[in-house]
Amino acid sequence: MLSETILEMKDISKSFPGVKALDGVDFKLREGEIHALMGENGAGKSTLIKVITGVYEKDAGLITLHGKPIHFRSPQEAQNNGIGTVYQEIMLCPNLTVAENMFIGRSHTPIVNWKEMNEKAARLLDSLGIPASPIQELSTCSIAVQQMIAIARAVDMDCRILILDEPTSSLDEDEVQKLFELMRALKAQGVGIIFITHFLEQVYEISDRITVLRNGKLIGEYKTSSLPQIELISKMLGSELEDISTIRKHEPVASDAGIPVFEAVGLSSAAGVRPFDFTIHKGEVNGFAGLLGSGRSESVRAIFAADKVTGGEVRIHGKRVKIKTPLHAIKHGIGYLPEDRKGDGIIEDLSVRDNIILTLQVLKGLFKPFSLKEAEKFAEEYIKKLNIKTPTSNTPIRSLSGGNQQKVILARWLLTNLEYLILDEPTRGIDVGTKVEIQKLVIRLASGGMSLTFISSEIDEMLRTCSRLIVMKDREIVGELRGTDLTENDVMHMIAQGGKS
Amino acid sequence: MASEKAIKQKARLSNSNLLFLIASVIFVLMYLFAIISYPGSFLQFQTFFDLFNLNAPLIIMTFGLCIVMIGGGIDISIGSVCGLVTMACAVYLEKRSGSIAGAILLSMGIGILFGILHGYLIAYLEIQPFIITLSGLFLAQGLLTTLHKNPLNVTMPAFVNLRDFNIVITWLGTRNRLGVFIPCQIKPGTIIVAVLLVIFASLMKWSRFGRNVYAVGGNSHSAMMLGINVKRTKFITYVISGLTAGIAGFVYIMTTGAGNIGNAAGAEMKAIASAIMGGTLLNGGVGNLLGAPIGTLTLLVINELIRAAGVQSNFQAIVSGLLLYLFIILQSIIMSLRDRKRFTVALPPWLHLSGKGQA
Repeated sequence: MLSETILEMKDISKSFPGVKALDGVDFKLREGEIHALMGENGAGKSTLIKVITGVYEKDAGLITLHGKPIHFRSPQEAQNNGIGTVYQEIMLCPNLTVAENMFIGRSHTPIVNWKEMNEKAARLLDSLGIPASPIQELSTCSIAVQQMIAIARAVDMDCRILILDEPTSSLDEDEVQKLFELMRALKAQGVGIIFITHFLEQVYEISDRITVLRNGKLIGEYKTSSLPQIELISKMLGSELEDISTIRKHEPVASDAGIPVFEAVGLSSAAGVRPFDFTIHKGEVNGFAGLLGSGRSESVRAIFAADKVTGGEVRIHGKRVKIKTPLHAIKHGIGYLPEDRKGDGIIEDLSVRDNIILTLQVLKGLFKPFSLKEAEKFAEEYIKKLNIKTPTSNTPIRSLSGGNQQKVILARWLLTNLEYLILDEPTRGIDVGTKVEIQKLVIRLASGGMSLTFISSEIDEMLRTCSRLIVMKDREIVGELRGTDLTENDVMHMIAQGGKS
Repeated sequence: MASEKAIKQKARLSNSNLLFLIASVIFVLMYLFAIISYPGSFLQFQTFFDLFNLNAPLIIMTFGLCIVMIGGGIDISIGSVCGLVTMACAVYLEKRSGSIAGAILLSMGIGILFGILHGYLIAYLEIQPFIITLSGLFLAQGLLTTLHKNPLNVTMPAFVNLRDFNIVITWLGTRNRLGVFIPCQIKPGTIIVAVLLVIFASLMKWSRFGRNVYAVGGNSHSAMMLGINVKRTKFITYVISGLTAGIAGFVYIMTTGAGNIGNAAGAEMKAIASAIMGGTLLNGGVGNLLGAPIGTLTLLVINELIRAAGVQSNFQAIVSGLLLYLFIILQSIIMSLRDRKRFTVALPPWLHLSGKGQA
């Protein structure tokens, strides 16, 4: 290759208490290259970025910039050395003009020369083909243009390396194309771009090389043109195509007969998932499969109305109902165990007991509190039933392990006599023993007549529990798989082909 | 490519300017209404100047408050600090060693001290500005009553001269019923208002500090990521607000000539109302310093109007309260209409940015 290496990272390691976030990772960025950094949650992408930009200090390894070893202590320092970062959330001020956003915080004179600043900004915007006027207030620009202005600011600070951390996640297709045009223009100027995204199609459209990380380890660096999608997916998920063998411990329960427990037509939400149809029958376990960011969580959140529902029709037992808020969903017997346990699920300072009876209390009415004795009875029953490991029912939930916190939230839902329970990544970050316990519980609940939707990043876990998999890609349902002898291979093929047909 | 002129046409009025425009239009309409209803008093230039002559302290306080509010904060101690300064000046001037220059320094010193205290606690220790400045309000009030309980008239001759000093504009005025020409008179406080207006409006528009205040008020996290020293910027806004409260205190006693426990009591609330009516948003990042006097004058004209109508004073408060509601609702309606427009209405072709439609 003619292109020169700008940034080289060798044998980078970084540990946090209890986790090895990066383990001997190599990374190389060349001049005028768009390099996609790929991996599922916890693969170490953002840790790697933060090591480059000086947010984290590396434990071991060597970083060289233009052949010289470097060691940044702050993002500011990285910026001064030509490494610009544009984050998913736009770090600009909406109430200032476009030109001000490009130059504020950089000048050393106490007086603002508006004329000169606007002229400089106009030239820069023009040279990058950004459709904005320097004197326009930033809030009047579309998100894509704002993103581009952030990039223009970085470019003007003489950056040779541009890191784009999921810049496209809130853009529509036209806006993505505009952003890509800008990226290509920068590439032509010799800027090396590190691009992080969850959208596979975008990676294939724009990138020259792909580096895949998994569980903090480097899987490899590939030329985009010579890495088929299906291989990329299997590298990200970590199972080689040939030797996928699933051990089927449980026979999935399925019954398609009769009126579905829950049925949605054309459901869509403000979180940006395309309108979709969905049904689930009594005693069925199904799942949304797809990569991170494919829209699987957004879909179930739409069912539970955890995000603002923007369209569609919902039927429960064939009767049309309105579900506009989570409370409506709960009253119709739907439960949801969220992906973000800390933010959406537990109330950290309350005791295990109070966390368990929380939803039941809401249903009963806030002004008719349970007596301590009643609450204690419920709590004890479920602590035993689900094998929750806690010193007493009065212990604050924050001192429990992740798996046990998850069981407490499960108990909370089971107490309310649900008909339909949605589990979004219930096994993430918990130990293997508890994982298996939760899977077993899912099967047991289904045979007891409950309907469940189960989502997991680990496909084999879903294959073991679900009788029907709805496959998603880029926020759209691309297909459905059913049957008892599905393999991860089938799922990955469907994800890879989905976008193309 | 689109010509630059085409791009410039597209730039919309910023929120700050829009709100300022609304405030100005409302003020002008209000004043026209006043002139039409009571030509006898409102048609006189002196009435207009008296709005400034009698309310200079309030306008000066509003300048500092506006800057704090644009930076995303609030300062409710200014009224009490202003009151404290009047009494401190009165006590000091009644001493034999007192001098006017000393009194000016004392006023600004007290104000700046409160500003530094509040700024430090709010910016560097990150405590809620409302609570901190509420404490400041009580502290200043307590100090005021401790200083001197009874009204204190300043009798120092030099000061009395200053108090009674008026700038007479010989070419502007009105004839009274007897046909005698009465020229307009402007008090020194009005001059101070004008000077401070120029200083602070320029500061906010053309200085790096001023633009940083807007950035911090718009989104303080982003401002930090953009390389702005957020804490220092916030700190300085409170120092400025303390300083203007101090200056306001001196102008107050220069107008009334006496220290009194009731001086400038509740002025902070009037200042907040004025700032909002002048187009400064409570959430920060939006506002225009020129709006500060406009807002104050609007509030005052409302009061004058009600008084001229001969309504009882308790109704004055009710009516100004209701008008404030109306004004704020109007502001938010206009702002939200504007946002919705952005999402639904497509740009007309002659404003289109890509330049394809250019002939």
